[in-house]
Amino acid sequence: MSRFIRRNGWVFGLFVLFGLLLVFTRAIQPDYGSAAFISLTLAVLPFAFAAAAQTPVVIAGGIDLSIASMMALTSVTAATLMDGASEEFAILVVPMVLLLGVLLGAINGALIVITRVPDIVVTLAMLFVWEGAALLVLNAPGGGAADWLKALLVGTFAVPGVPTAITDWIPTALVLLVVCLAVVWIPVVRSRLGLSIYAIGSDSLAAFRSGVSVSRTRIAAYALGGLFAAMGGLVLTMSTGIGAPIPGPYLLASVAAVVLGGVTLGGGQGGLVGPIVAVFILRLVRSDLTFLSVDPNAATIVEGTIMVIVVMLGALVALRSRST
Amino acid sequence: MSDTARTPETLPFGRRVRRFMADRPLIPLIILLIGLVVVLEILRPGIVNERWVANTIKFAIPLAILAGCQTMTMLTGGIDLSVGVIATMSAFIMATQVGTHDPAIAILISLVPAALIGLANGIGVGIFRVHPLIMTLGMSLIGTGVLQVYQRTVIATGSSIPDILAWLGTGRTYGVPNALALFVPLALLIIFILRRTGFGRLLYAVGDNEKATRIAGVHYWKVIVALYVLSGLLAGVAGLLYVGLIKAPSLSLAVPLLLPSVAAAVIGGTSIFGGRGGYTGTIIGALILTVLATLLTILQMPEGSRRILFGLIILAVTAAYIRITEDS
Repeated sequence: MSRFIRRNGWVFGLFVLFGLLLVFTRAIQPDYGSAAFISLTLAVLPFAFAAAAQTPVVIAGGIDLSIASMMALTSVTAATLMDGASEEFAILVVPMVLLLGVLLGAINGALIVITRVPDIVVTLAMLFVWEGAALLVLNAPGGGAADWLKALLVGTFAVPGVPTAITDWIPTALVLLVVCLAVVWIPVVRSRLGLSIYAIGSDSLAAFRSGVSVSRTRIAAYALGGLFAAMGGLVLTMSTGIGAPIPGPYLLASVAAVVLGGVTLGGGQGGLVGPIVAVFILRLVRSDLTFLSVDPNAATIVEGTIMVIVVMLGALVALRSRST
Repeated sequence: MSDTARTPETLPFGRRVRRFMADRPLIPLIILLIGLVVVLEILRPGIVNERWVANTIKFAIPLAILAGCQTMTMLTGGIDLSVGVIATMSAFIMATQVGTHDPAIAILISLVPAALIGLANGIGVGIFRVHPLIMTLGMSLIGTGVLQVYQRTVIATGSSIPDILAWLGTGRTYGVPNALALFVPLALLIIFILRRTGFGRLLYAVGDNEKATRIAGVHYWKVIVALYVLSGLLAGVAGLLYVGLIKAPSLSLAVPLLLPSVAAAVIGGTSIFGGRGGYTGTIIGALILTVLATLLTILQMPEGSRRILFGLIILAVTAAYIRITEDS
C-alpha cells in the first residue's frame, strides 16, 4: 500500500486536495449537497474529456492545440445529424461521431509524422482547419440531440441495494465519464500500444531502437486524443441540446489540467486519473470562489495563479530530485 | 531516348537551385510573397496599388512586432503565448488612462504591466524552469483576469486614442505609412541585437545547447529573464500601435493576433526548437500572412473555408520550407 502511494504520490495528493476542498466548500457553504455536486460534475464533463484528450498526446511527447476545435467540429456534426432525426438514428450517430474524432486525431498525427513539422505548429494550423470545418457544418449554434442521449447526463445513478444517501452523490454524468474513459484507456494502457506511447514519450530514439514503430504510435496517440475529444464534443451536444461551431475555452483548461495532473510536458510520465481529478479541483475552486462572492473575473486570476504556482512547485521538486 | 539523355543535366540543376535556396532561406519566402501578390492582382486586377501596399504594411506591422517576440523566445527554445493578452492590456490601459494623464505618461503606465508580465514569465521559465508554453499560458490567464477586473474600475472613464498613436497607426506621409517610422528602427534594433550583440548570440547559444552554454559560464536565468521582459515590452508596443490602427480598444483586441504571430515566426524559418532563425524571415512571414488574409477575403468564400485554407497554407508553407532547408 505504501509503495502504491509513493508511486502515485502526485495523484494521491490530488485526491487528498480534492477531499480537503470538498470539506472546505462544505464549511463555507453548509447547504452544499448532492445537487450542487451533480451540477459540478455536469460543468466538469466537457473539461474532463478535453483533459483526457490532451493526456495521451502529452504522454507521447507531443501537444495538441486543436482539441477545442475538434470538440466543436464533432459537436456540430452530432447536432446536425441528430437534428430532426429519429431517436433510433442517434444510436448510429454516436459511433459515427466517435469514428470522426479518431479520424481527426489520426490526421493530426499523420500530418506531424509526414511533414516533420513540429507538433505545436501542425496542431496550430489544424486548429484553424477544424474550426473552419465546424463553421462549414453549422454556421450558427443550432441542431438538436436525441432525448435519450440528453437523459444520460441527468440525475443520479441508482445502484440496487445501495441506500439513496450514497447514490445521491453518484451523478449519472460521473458514471458516464468514468465508464467512457475506462473502456478506452484501461485496454490501451494494458496493451503494447500503451507501453509504446509511454516509451516514445520518454525517449523516442530508445523506443525506436527497441523496435517500437514511433510514427505509428504517435499517430495512434493523436487518434486516441481525437476519440476523447469526440466524446467531449458529444457531451457538449448532449448537455446543451445544440451544437456550437465556436470552440470553447477547453484548450487552455486541458493543458492546465494535464500539467496539474502530473503529466509532464515532454512526455513519458503520468496517467489519466491525475488530469481528471485536476479538472474537478479547478472547477471546484471556481465555484468556491463564487460562494465566497469573489468577483468571477478575479476568479480567473486565482485560477491562473494556482496553475502557475503549482507548476512552479512541481518544477522545483523535479529540479531538486534531479540534482541529488 | 532523349529523356534519358537530358536527365543528368536537369538533375544537378534542380539540386543546385535547392542548395541555393537552402543557403539563402529568404529567397523562397520572397518568391512566395511575390507569387501571392501576383495571384491577387490576377484575381482582382488593379487592386495592387500604392494604397493597397501601404494598407498591407500597416496591418502587417503589429503582427510583425508580435512575431518578433515569438522569434526571440523561439530562438531559446521557448514560446511566448502571453503576447496577445499583453498587447491588449497595454492598449486598453493606455486608452483608459489617457483621459486623466498626459499621453506620454499614459503610454509609460501602460507598458508597466507589460514588463511585469514579461518579468513573471522570465522568472518562471528561467529560475523555476517551468515549460515556457505553460508559464506564458498561465500568465495570459492571469493577465486576462486582471484586465477584466481593471475594466470594472474604469467603466465610467471612457476611452480615447491619443493623436500621436492614431497618427502612427493609420496616418500616411507621402503615401508611406507612418507606422514604419516606429517599425523600421525597431526592426533594425532587433536584427542588431540578434546579430551583433552578446545578448543575441547568447539567445542562439541557449537555444542550441543549453547545457554547453551553462558550462561555458552563462547565467541562464539572466538571459531568459531579460529576454521575456524584452518580449513583454515589445508586445506592449505592438498593442499600442495596433490600437492606433483599429481605434477601438476592447478586451480581446490583439488576442486574435497570437496564433498568427507564432505562424509568422515559423513560416519565417525560425525553428520552434531553438537555435535557428532570424527576424528578417519573420517580417516576410508576417507580410505573407497579411497578404494571404486579403487574398482569402477577396475570394469571398464562406468564413469556414477561409479558415481551413489559412490553416492548410500555414502548414504547407512550413512543411515545404523545412524540406527545402533541411534536405541538402
